[in-house]
Amino acid sequence: MEVILFAAAALGALAGGVGVIASRPPVRSALSLLLVLGSLAVLYLLLDAQFIAALQVIIYAGAIVVLFLFVIMLLHARTGEGRTEKLRAQRTVAYVLAAGFLAAIVTVLRTRPATELGAAPEGFGTAQAVGTSLFTSYVLPFELASVVLLVGIIAAVVIGRPAGGMR
Amino acid sequence: MTVPLGAYLVLSAALFTMGVTGVLVRRNALVVFMSIELMLNSVNLSFIAFARQLGRIEGQVSVFFVMVIAAVEVVVGLAIIIAIFRTRDTVDIDDVDLLRG
Repeated sequence: MEVILFAAAALGALAGGVGVIASRPPVRSALSLLLVLGSLAVLYLLLDAQFIAALQVIIYAGAIVVLFLFVIMLLHARTGEGRTEKLRAQRTVAYVLAAGFLAAIVTVLRTRPATELGAAPEGFGTAQAVGTSLFTSYVLPFELASVVLLVGIIAAVVIGRPAGGMR
Repeated sequence: MTVPLGAYLVLSAALFTMGVTGVLVRRNALVVFMSIELMLNSVNLSFIAFARQLGRIEGQVSVFFVMVIAAVEVVVGLAIIIAIFRTRDTVDIDDVDLLRG
């Protein structure tokens, strides 16, 4: 059962990943990204990370993809790519480098002994477990994250403002 | 029968490589952004898999922070893309190759 779920979710994630980088209309890329994010949420559930899986659906699939789609709709006028390449052989080199990168990682992974995932501790990955850790050991980074969010909001407002200031 | 840790890590590596390829090959700024999200998510998967294997919650806490930063990054990045589109009428990153405006 677990293997079937993993295979389905992994296939969905890989297909979505190909869709993100290969499809021509940006809307299709955004929807493929949604497929990746949903498949990863399933994998998180398999890995006993219920709280993170919920966050994945709410924040990534809910907020971020909708934001992407919103901007795509906003800029519908001309979001295509030109045919001409400024750097010669950019694509070929990119594919070769990426393949080499993947080969390097997989080679390193193969040197590790194969480990089975043991039984998870009681209550692992629940909102309570993550929350307890967040609000005790990691309370300072948590507060800093809120400051970063505030800075992001202000930056978006300032950058998105029309030239010439507020009217 | 259970899924070994290595399967998750290989999947994570494959997704990360796709993200890298997208950033290097695509020239639509929006798609480049989505590829970056793809890379962040693949790293999140590694974090969660290792957290599960080690039985420690810190990996999931790290994913939480990655999500927060990713949200901020998307908001600021899309604002920049919209600002560029307003002045240049393009989102092709090859058309925006000067440091000065």
